[in-house]
Amino acid sequence: MEFVLLALIVIPLAVCPLFMVIPSQYPQLSRYLAALAGGALFGLSLLLFVAYEFDGGSGLRYELQWAWLENIGFLGENGITFYLALDGIGAPMVLLNGVVIFAAVFVSWNLANRTKDFFVLLFLLVAGVYGVFISQDLFFFFFWYEVAVLPMFLLIAVWGTSSEFKTFARTKEYGAMKLTLMLVGGSVLIWVAIMALFIEAGAGTYDMTVLREAALDEDFQKVVYPLFMVGFGVLAGMWPLHTWSPDGHVAAPTGVSMLHAGVLMKLGAFGILRVGMTLLPEGAEFWAPVLMAIGVTGAVYGSISALAQTDLKYMVGYSSVSHMGFVLMGLASMNQIGVNGAVLQMFAHGAMTALMFTSVGALYDQAHIRDMTQFGGIAKPMPRHTAFFTIAGLSSLGLPGLAGFVAEFHIFVGVFEAGYWWAGVLGVISAAITATYILRMLAKAYFGPLNEKWAGLKEMRLGEQFAAVLLIAMILLMGLWPAPFIDRISATVEMIPGIAG
Amino acid sequence: MSTSLEWGLLAPEFLLAGWAAFIILIDLFWGGLGKERLGWLAAIGAAAAGGLSLIWVGDTKEFGTLADINDYTTLFRVLFCGIGATICILSARYVKDRLLHPGEFYALILLAVIGANGMAAAHELLTAYISLELLSFSLYTLTAYAKFDLRSNEAGLKYMLLGAFSSAIFLYGIGLIYGTTGSTQFAVIGDVLSGDTSDIEWGMYMGLALIIGGLGFKVAAVPFHMYTPDAYEGAPIPITALISALAKAAGFAFFLKLFAVAFLPLIDDWRYFIAGLAVATMALGNLVAIQQRNMKRLLAYSSIGQVGYLLVGIAALSQDTASALVLHLIGYAVTNLAAFTCIILYYNWTGKEEIEDYKGLAQRAPYVALCLTIALFSLAGMPLFAGFTTKFILFQAAADEDMLWLAGVAAFFSFVSLYYYLIVIREMYVGEAEEKTRFPTPWLEYTALTVLIAGVFLIGLYPRPVLELAEDATATIFVSEELESGEDLVGVP
Repeated sequence: MEFVLLALIVIPLAVCPLFMVIPSQYPQLSRYLAALAGGALFGLSLLLFVAYEFDGGSGLRYELQWAWLENIGFLGENGITFYLALDGIGAPMVLLNGVVIFAAVFVSWNLANRTKDFFVLLFLLVAGVYGVFISQDLFFFFFWYEVAVLPMFLLIAVWGTSSEFKTFARTKEYGAMKLTLMLVGGSVLIWVAIMALFIEAGAGTYDMTVLREAALDEDFQKVVYPLFMVGFGVLAGMWPLHTWSPDGHVAAPTGVSMLHAGVLMKLGAFGILRVGMTLLPEGAEFWAPVLMAIGVTGAVYGSISALAQTDLKYMVGYSSVSHMGFVLMGLASMNQIGVNGAVLQMFAHGAMTALMFTSVGALYDQAHIRDMTQFGGIAKPMPRHTAFFTIAGLSSLGLPGLAGFVAEFHIFVGVFEAGYWWAGVLGVISAAITATYILRMLAKAYFGPLNEKWAGLKEMRLGEQFAAVLLIAMILLMGLWPAPFIDRISATVEMIPGIAG
Repeated sequence: MSTSLEWGLLAPEFLLAGWAAFIILIDLFWGGLGKERLGWLAAIGAAAAGGLSLIWVGDTKEFGTLADINDYTTLFRVLFCGIGATICILSARYVKDRLLHPGEFYALILLAVIGANGMAAAHELLTAYISLELLSFSLYTLTAYAKFDLRSNEAGLKYMLLGAFSSAIFLYGIGLIYGTTGSTQFAVIGDVLSGDTSDIEWGMYMGLALIIGGLGFKVAAVPFHMYTPDAYEGAPIPITALISALAKAAGFAFFLKLFAVAFLPLIDDWRYFIAGLAVATMALGNLVAIQQRNMKRLLAYSSIGQVGYLLVGIAALSQDTASALVLHLIGYAVTNLAAFTCIILYYNWTGKEEIEDYKGLAQRAPYVALCLTIALFSLAGMPLFAGFTTKFILFQAAADEDMLWLAGVAAFFSFVSLYYYLIVIREMYVGEAEEKTRFPTPWLEYTALTVLIAGVFLIGLYPRPVLELAEDATATIFVSEELESGEDLVGVP
């Protein structure tokens, strides 16, 4: 099983050169290869998720540790090791990444422009994301984190779409540059914090299992934790540093939006949990009220902004900001149920937002507009598409039986339990606003009398339908049978220092 | 004493000098060989000299009181000869198409390598100075080599006048140090400075400041960088590459050795001064680079920024930072050569060098566009490539020496640099080329490029062998210090 874990990084990296040697006049070959690799990754991720069982300790399983640099310069024994292991929080994240990449390959099937280059970058991104979820060494954690950001610029700038509005324009280059610079800017803070942490711990190693045992000075934790919180927070879409997210997601091609909103944003929240809260528990406790306030502001701000959008993709983009606000609230509650909820929400939001982008992308490919006020009654020509989008929307607004409900319920219980009643109330209001914009969008664009202009719309492609079904399966699985998720997550969360029982 | 000199220790330099003369003679008597083949021949000589210097791996020998031949020298000799050989190969086509007098051109490159070798080997100020001048004068001439091109003439003149001025400053600094410490030997200076220096304070500090200024000019640190953009822009492109790789690497080889052996006792006096220079250099280089429209000027300012990162290593000098610095220097040289290879290739194809001319390169030469992207991402410090790993290690080492703030500033400017590299990448991949035809493939240059890119990946993904070499090399310049104060042994395995 250790090598299954390794394969999650090796497969996507190994297919990159394969794509490059495929002559560009055979795009179909690239697509099959991508489907094959995506399928393999999905299968292996599912296998790892199913096989994972908590067995005490910090819950790390399938450990694989190779020396990379040690006993040299400032590095002591086990200085930097290539250290992979899976824990209960990583397991659902790995599954999520597997599902989304497999789905994204099918959604990107018809991409005709420089097909193979697209898949090279897409799989590089996926390798980075997997690397972050399973690395237990801080150096490699950061390494893969940057690898995940690396291909985003070209993915958006080359294959994206520019948007024109009445008074202004958002070009794809703008979205790509903004996204890349904000994310890398955030990682400067992370980098500085890592350097400081390494020195303070004085263990001569970046091994996170060792670093978490180091009793770090409380003041030091209080100073350094915000660097992690803000640095990772940028990628998590943390208000007020979320502005790259709607612009970037709108500019990106559908497959990339799916991965980006679905998985990449989770890296930010995952980083706060895995690095910030685990290694600096006292700092996390000190800053929890601030994180709570920021999280709830983001949740409310995101949902109000989404309410104001008529562009479908911007609406989904802002809804991501809002839902990531819930994740941050869950983390800030610092108790078991709240943090569980945060991880559940990461998974739930990943699946449903990927589904939303799939749907919006399928519609945009045909209609070439995304303005919901110009549609009307398109449930008639596109019944399946409507069903998929509706399920995603209902999960997003927290309908019981779907993934969103399970996650948000945990988060709100955790937030109230931790004594942040004000945040809880605002969070629930934000969920209500979510219901408003989702239902309003469905009413305007999908139901009601058919706008004859759109009578000629065709159903989503079969590949897109397959992707949607895959994602819906995940939403339903977690909505109806959350136990496998909660078992894995909560056993690991319990082991994080500073988490109240 | 002169009778006991082991001349054999300088065999690689003799080989280079002889080969330079040989190249000129070949050019003179056998012009039919062709300008390109002459370049390859010169590359063989440089490579042979690099190979020859491997004889002294693990040795610690002294050439009289002038120079050391040890792992530090060997590492840099191999690096410099490698850079020289690469530049000769990359110049071949350019020289054939655009320059006269190929023999002297290649000979000067080889002479520049001798100068660089001398700077790494010297353990005495005057030897180092003479080597520095040999390197500099070769470069002044080479910069002005396109003699019908006004930009090249202007660049050469500026470079030479400012260079001569800075040499004078440097020499004055040497004079003051000699006057106050009584020696030009690094080790003796170090001994004197670690004792009581209250008598000689003023002259000593003055000399130190002048030496830093002179060296700052040679490595293009702000505020001594003014010549760099013009020299880079005007020089023939392979020479721009030579200045950016060889002159910087040699400058830092000397800088590092001088400060580690001679001036380390005064570290508390100069580290904040150097740190200030580092901040200014990083800030100016990276911020001004954003404004550039010309590829060579962009790389000029970006290389100024890179000098700032290297100065971080000097400001936090210790053995750990020294080996990290050498690692970063090697990674930088390889990456920068890879970037320049792409630019030379593009110039050979089109004769263009503005950033907007790179529009659509990904369609016309996908491999070159990919390699340039890799090189630029590496310079920006992105992972999988050398830049990320070497910067991470260098900044962490600096942070370990109580320079966390400086490491943080460096990390920040490394992020700023990403912006202007992305602009180039955007032109290549997003822009549409006016013509769609593929460029022809020059195999030799492509092979060189592939080797360099492989190096970028190797250092990025598995830096251990190079870091170990750097560790062995810098161990030789920190020996005396360790023996003096036992406590410094802590942390050294």
